[in-house]
Amino acid sequence: MNATAAPARRQLQPPPVAPSPFPYNPGSLLSVQDLSLDTVSHLLTRASALEAMDPIERARILAKRRVALLFYESSTRTRTSFELAAKALGADTTLVSSLSSSIEKGETLKDTGLTLHSLGAEAIILRHKASGAPWVLEQFTRLPVLNAGDGMHEHPTQSLLDLRTILQHLLPGLTTVSADTLSGVTVSIVGDIFHSRVARSNMFLLPRLGAKVVLCGPRELLPEIATTAGPGITIERDFEAALRQSQVVMMLRIQAERLAGLQLDLETYKASYQLTGQRLATLAPSAVVMHPGPIIRGLELTAGVADGPQSAILEQVRNGVAIRMAVVERALTAHGARA
Amino acid sequence: MTSLVIRGGHLIDPAAGIDAPKDTLLKDGRVADIAAPGKLKSANGAEALDATGLTVAPGLIDIHVHLREPGQGYKETIATGTAAAAAGGFTSVAAMPNTTPVNDSPEITRWMLAPERNASIRVFPIAAATRGSKGEAINDFAALKSAGAVAVTDDGHPILKDNIMRETLAAAARVGLSVIQHAEDTRMTQGCSMNAGPTAFKLGLRGMPPEAESSLVERDIRLVTELRDARVHLHVAHTSTAAAIAAVRQARRNGLRVTCEVAPHHFLLTEEHVDLYSTNAKMNPPLRSAADRDAMIEAILDGIVDAIATDHAPHAVHEKEVEFEHAPNGITGLETALGLCLRWLHREWKLPLGRVLSLLSAQPATLLGLKGRGTLAVGSFADVVLFDPKAEWTYRAAETRSKSHNTPFDGWTMQGKVRYTISEGRIVYTSA
Repeated sequence: MNATAAPARRQLQPPPVAPSPFPYNPGSLLSVQDLSLDTVSHLLTRASALEAMDPIERARILAKRRVALLFYESSTRTRTSFELAAKALGADTTLVSSLSSSIEKGETLKDTGLTLHSLGAEAIILRHKASGAPWVLEQFTRLPVLNAGDGMHEHPTQSLLDLRTILQHLLPGLTTVSADTLSGVTVSIVGDIFHSRVARSNMFLLPRLGAKVVLCGPRELLPEIATTAGPGITIERDFEAALRQSQVVMMLRIQAERLAGLQLDLETYKASYQLTGQRLATLAPSAVVMHPGPIIRGLELTAGVADGPQSAILEQVRNGVAIRMAVVERALTAHGARA
Repeated sequence: MTSLVIRGGHLIDPAAGIDAPKDTLLKDGRVADIAAPGKLKSANGAEALDATGLTVAPGLIDIHVHLREPGQGYKETIATGTAAAAAGGFTSVAAMPNTTPVNDSPEITRWMLAPERNASIRVFPIAAATRGSKGEAINDFAALKSAGAVAVTDDGHPILKDNIMRETLAAAARVGLSVIQHAEDTRMTQGCSMNAGPTAFKLGLRGMPPEAESSLVERDIRLVTELRDARVHLHVAHTSTAAAIAAVRQARRNGLRVTCEVAPHHFLLTEEHVDLYSTNAKMNPPLRSAADRDAMIEAILDGIVDAIATDHAPHAVHEKEVEFEHAPNGITGLETALGLCLRWLHREWKLPLGRVLSLLSAQPATLLGLKGRGTLAVGSFADVVLFDPKAEWTYRAAETRSKSHNTPFDGWTMQGKVRYTISEGRIVYTSA
């Protein structure tokens, strides 16, 4: 039990971390971090091609294939666009939501997944409250799993549709990306970063294309540690300073459902971080304004900005269908499954 | 009664200062004699065990295990948990009180010790410090001690109220019991499922700050200081942060009776081993940063750490096959402790074998006042482990004797294969 003086630090060689087995299925889209830039380009290219395709011909691509949508959280945009995307490719879809299924009776995610698998589902689109849930589902079903948002973690199709929206505005017609496609572009992500899966997916993806990502928000919603998520990410607490340097501004909703007791003074928040017509006109008159939705008018942005000429919010929604067609096609077709 | 003679082995008994070839005679559950090879008197008629090439050492002692009985027999029973312990070379384990119901009474303590539990090795119950481990009403420590409890703790429900903790430390000291604290200020860890840091941020998980551990260790040390009673003994369970170790180091310099243990996973793994939501890397305290992990290794090598303890926490397979945030905390550890300690502490980081064994036997015995354990001095209990120190082998969780196999060490290379485990003179584990 005797303490002795600490000797000089030793060089310690600890055990390594074993390589991850994920994704088990090459058709899965669990995280944007799993996508090579070639795959991103492939998805962008297919999104444009599928969007332009004759609907009858398009519906042959996945005719009568079975896609399950498994939703543990409410959703308007993501659910509807995934469903429309799968149907546009000819697939049969079925929706299982936590409030109208045996999930209410205590069925686990594993058992729900295995049940859907037995019912013939060939791919599962999962929205879940818990970060990491798509990994659980993929591990036990080995099906292609498409992450439609997991807790505070990721929302990969959102960041792909955001990328498509950004490219349409800044580099129209481009669907092939590389490590410098967005060099010189600053994207500010503003608001509730900590609880946002959209923010995480975008900060994981956009810097890989050369973009500078500036995170902006109060400390309670944006911890300093966020800059360690990857290279090319910085924090700017001053919203106006962030706006001044941005070509793209992504506004985020304060996620009341994930605040976990955190008290925020909304009036103070609005004074510092609300995107108003005046701020936009004076500081970023040509920036693209984006928002993953749902928007709360009068909180993170004013109604005038949401409906104004710089807003790309509804284009993002439209791009959601195109991107999700490409992602569902990749999940279920051999040529699409090349990772 | 029976007698057993161990011949041809190399005896390492750190407490007795022995590190030499010796023959050992065990008789009636005690060590009867130790002598140079071939020099044992009165070994005639004793059953002989050939220990050629093996290290003979005091049976290992794990002061932090969860045996899950009473009440959670689907995870583990006292019989299966102690069978796993025997396979790992352990001859004594101290069982935590977070059972169902909580072990906060002499009746439950005695129930755990009853022969009907079919324990392979010696079990030492650690009783709850407060009624139902609710942190409000302090239990009758004298009664618990006479029923067989060797320490008190509220383990996973740390005592947050200063006055209750102060009273617990004082009351335990009066009857000669140690107070073990799972140091976690749970007001800082609500909804958290791993260590706070870059990995948690990237995985979208809420993180437990290291300060949740160190601030409570500092608070407890302050209470020990204020009590000014040399009998007060605070033991910090599963220390995982550099700051908590620093606090223990300082307390020791100040002459306080403050001890600590470290679990193998905290000196081997980091938060990066959570990887993509591996629930077998989820425990409490969580896997920490590389700097914290390095601080655990340094503290072990420097002699600040008093014991290696596994925090063996079995959970059924279905409980771990869930979303990371919903999975229960804990991993099994009894069968992997020796193999990991020899592979890493001894071979990789050059801690002498005697010191490794001391951390796994002599020191934990002293810490909890387990008389006649942790040494093979003549007259001690015949608790012995015989292992092949050179043998390398691969741990297979599927082959465990525990009811559960929630371990991050499945498939890992271990060093040192246990050949025999002897509990009070009986051979309770043998492997080819």
